[in-house]
Amino acid sequence: MIRRLPEILTIWVPLLLSAAHLIAFTLWTIWISFTPSTLVPVTGWVGLRNYSSVAASRNWQIAFDNLLLFGSAFVLLSLATGLILAILLDQRIRGENVLRSIFLYPLAVSFVVTGTVWSWLLNPGLGIQKLVHDLGWTSFRFDWLIDRDMAIWTIVIAAIWQSSGFAMALFLAGLRSVDADLIKAAQIDGAGPVRMYRRVILPTLWPITITVIVIQLQFAISTFDLVRALTNGGPGIATQLPALVVYDLMFQRSLLGRGAAAAVLMLLILLAVLLPYAAWRYLQRRRAIHA
Amino acid sequence: MAALSIRALSKRYANLEVLKGIDLDIESGEFTVLVGPSGCGKSTLLNIVAGLDHASAGTVEIGGRVVNDVPPKDRDIAMVFQSYALYPSMTVRQNITFGMECRGVAKAEQEKALANVARLLQIEPLLGRKPSQLSGGQRQRVAMGRALVRDPLLFLFDEPLSNLDAKLRVEMRMEIKRLHQRIGATIIYVTHDQIEAMTMATRIAVMHRGVVQQFADPDTVYRYPANLFVARFMGSPPMNTVPARLEADAGGPVVVIGAGRPDEVRLRLRGYDAAAPYVGREVVFGIRPECIAEGERVFSGEAPIIVNAPVEMVEPTGAETIVLLRLGGEPAQARISPDVRPAPGEVAPFALDTRRICLFDPETERLIA
Amino acid sequence: MRDRSFASSRILIYLIVSLVAAAWLAPLAVVVLNSLRTNEEIAQGSMIGWPQHLAWSNYAAAWSGFCVAETCAGIRPYMLNSALVTIPATIFSTLLGAVAGYAISLWRFRGDSWIYGIVTLGIFLPQQMRLLPWTIVLRDTGLMNTLTGLVLIHTIQGLSFTVLFCRNYYVAIPQELIRAARIDGAGFFRIFWRIILPLSPPILVVTVIWQFTHIWNEFLYGVTFTTGQQQPVTAALIALSAAVADIPQHGVQSAAVMIAALPTLLIYLIGGKYFVRGLTAGAVK
Repeated sequence: MIRRLPEILTIWVPLLLSAAHLIAFTLWTIWISFTPSTLVPVTGWVGLRNYSSVAASRNWQIAFDNLLLFGSAFVLLSLATGLILAILLDQRIRGENVLRSIFLYPLAVSFVVTGTVWSWLLNPGLGIQKLVHDLGWTSFRFDWLIDRDMAIWTIVIAAIWQSSGFAMALFLAGLRSVDADLIKAAQIDGAGPVRMYRRVILPTLWPITITVIVIQLQFAISTFDLVRALTNGGPGIATQLPALVVYDLMFQRSLLGRGAAAAVLMLLILLAVLLPYAAWRYLQRRRAIHA
Repeated sequence: MAALSIRALSKRYANLEVLKGIDLDIESGEFTVLVGPSGCGKSTLLNIVAGLDHASAGTVEIGGRVVNDVPPKDRDIAMVFQSYALYPSMTVRQNITFGMECRGVAKAEQEKALANVARLLQIEPLLGRKPSQLSGGQRQRVAMGRALVRDPLLFLFDEPLSNLDAKLRVEMRMEIKRLHQRIGATIIYVTHDQIEAMTMATRIAVMHRGVVQQFADPDTVYRYPANLFVARFMGSPPMNTVPARLEADAGGPVVVIGAGRPDEVRLRLRGYDAAAPYVGREVVFGIRPECIAEGERVFSGEAPIIVNAPVEMVEPTGAETIVLLRLGGEPAQARISPDVRPAPGEVAPFALDTRRICLFDPETERLIA
Repeated sequence: MRDRSFASSRILIYLIVSLVAAAWLAPLAVVVLNSLRTNEEIAQGSMIGWPQHLAWSNYAAAWSGFCVAETCAGIRPYMLNSALVTIPATIFSTLLGAVAGYAISLWRFRGDSWIYGIVTLGIFLPQQMRLLPWTIVLRDTGLMNTLTGLVLIHTIQGLSFTVLFCRNYYVAIPQELIRAARIDGAGFFRIFWRIILPLSPPILVVTVIWQFTHIWNEFLYGVTFTTGQQQPVTAALIALSAAVADIPQHGVQSAAVMIAALPTLLIYLIGGKYFVRGLTAGAVK
């Protein structure tokens, strides 16, 4: 036993800590969500009361609607941007490495930093609108940041800018792994570049597309830092998102039970995305084994 | 003294029984080849002998000591792997001495052992190189050097030649055999290649579905295969096995192939007394392709039996010609002289050597005689 | 004819990618330029403009001059906090992940695939599910509002990624290598040090870059579990923009943002290839 101590310390302790904290903390949060905890965790059972009050709150409703809009707009647009960039970069162009680095660098920077910078650029009194006004076009308007109806789109813009590069990187890897013989065969069949992409190359990309969609959705669901830095949920609560509601309930209003309930709701939204994906992956793998 | 004794060894993974009660005794100095198709359990057996896998039941004795619970490093064995398993980040020298380093052998002694092995395998110029800078044959030599330097009771080879190209494989085959003759080591060698088994082994254990089908010297395995599986597995092209009927007349037992057909073949047997109980019953008739030859051939002075058979296909290989023909309606292959070229479709005479045929029980598939 | 249409399509491709690249670089360019303009200059015009003269003093002020809340020490202490959290957490999580990944992929033990499956769930599980338990654990262990607490959190949570990276890398190493070493008499750690680790630099670089970038950029835990002088730089930046909202100092703020972004940007410039590898490795799990 003593002889095995180093192994136990370096393998089992970290692995078990990691696995145990994931399971235990999840169960713990779920448990808190059923208690009447406010400032401190307390025992007790309130059933689904925390859930119903979170779900009934205007804050959560707006956050949920925003998530639907932000999630779908961001995922679709970043997917499209990433795919177009990947196809363009796949044309054996010069400076591909430099361009790829440019499209990916935002991922290496904190969302706090990029959110702050975008909040300046999109601020009508400081950024793009001010610049155009100073240039003489005084009727120009680009004030989404302070427009309740449009503010959510500023987050979409910043998120696309930040993570389209990720979609591009995966798509580019997919394009590069298309069987060269397949392309040669299509060339011999007389397919032009457009037909080549539409009929031969892009159909091989759909597993990657699904992966990208799931990862981008996962990112959208847990978006926190970016909104915190860019709009902080405002104007008013126009750009609330679930992650902000959770934080607000837990640490600003000290309603731990409700905060936990909101976190569990976030998890459920995430599972609604991940479980079908996991099932799909499982089926794919089984089919691959049986083929 | 037996170098290795395996008793009632079995191995089961979940619902799959990969080894079913293996018993083997291997004498010191023997070159034993475990041969069989992939999935027959031969590599699992080798891993259990090495201590890299655990048996579900049974015992393994190395040099008279039960080693079931002895870790691999204390079993007094060395192993050569299919992928060579040379440590990529170490030089050839470090690869060979790593085991001694682990056992805490003194530096001077390490150097001496290394020099001996390097000279034996002629790899002195390679000692400073990394495995990635070696050719396939050189890697193979280094892997053997790593095993040899241990001077173990037992050498285990796990398909060591299957990653080499055909020419190099033949060279290394001879080199390993020469090495065995020179140092008289006890070797257990796993392969799926029956030619390697025939050429190198002093004894062959043919395995199939987790069972040792036959354990005997190469001549016996070839000449008297214990059952239909061994008959069909050993030899290339394999032994012809065709359904037949055993009859008897005044002169003794007669094998009838395609009984009742116009081209029925009747072969009189001599010296197959063990087949007597099968007279009047169905049997499987086995004959090696080299025992069917062109009609002019004379087998060891005796007048051969001549059979006229239709030729279906002819495959000249240069040294000999393989002919696919019909024997009493059943397909069979013959190995004939390259000077004779029967044409497909033609009925040609063939000489059969009936002293070297085998008869199998169609139910148990075992050798009758 | 064919050549001309080919040439014009090439020009179109270059035009589009250049425009997009310019748009992608614009925010960076704006911050860099602003960090060299005085607050007054920015206040007169917009955030977008060329510096009239280079105001390097912004960087000095951002580093050690301006005030966040009641303290006037610039972002230097927060940068130091971030470094003191990020560097140890990166080292610990990488080393432990490498050993664990090696044990899971090459040594195999009972239940290894279960443990592995659970640990990598951490990649998907939202951080919000762990906020309250961590709060309670840190408070009860006296690690609340300490850098040690953050190191602990990032080490444990980082394992999800480091184990995934290392395990996926090590499964490609042939089992026979381990078997050969075991017959040679090497044990668990000797095999790790002498055989596995020398093969590991590619994956360790990926893991270190990934962990460093993630932990440095992390915000939620920093802002939740630390306050005031203990905060990492991401949390301090948010506090800074709140603090200066009344009297904007955009030049100095831009310099502060640049300083905060610099470590991960530099690492990206040097090891971008490895960063992207980590990005895609996590994706194709």
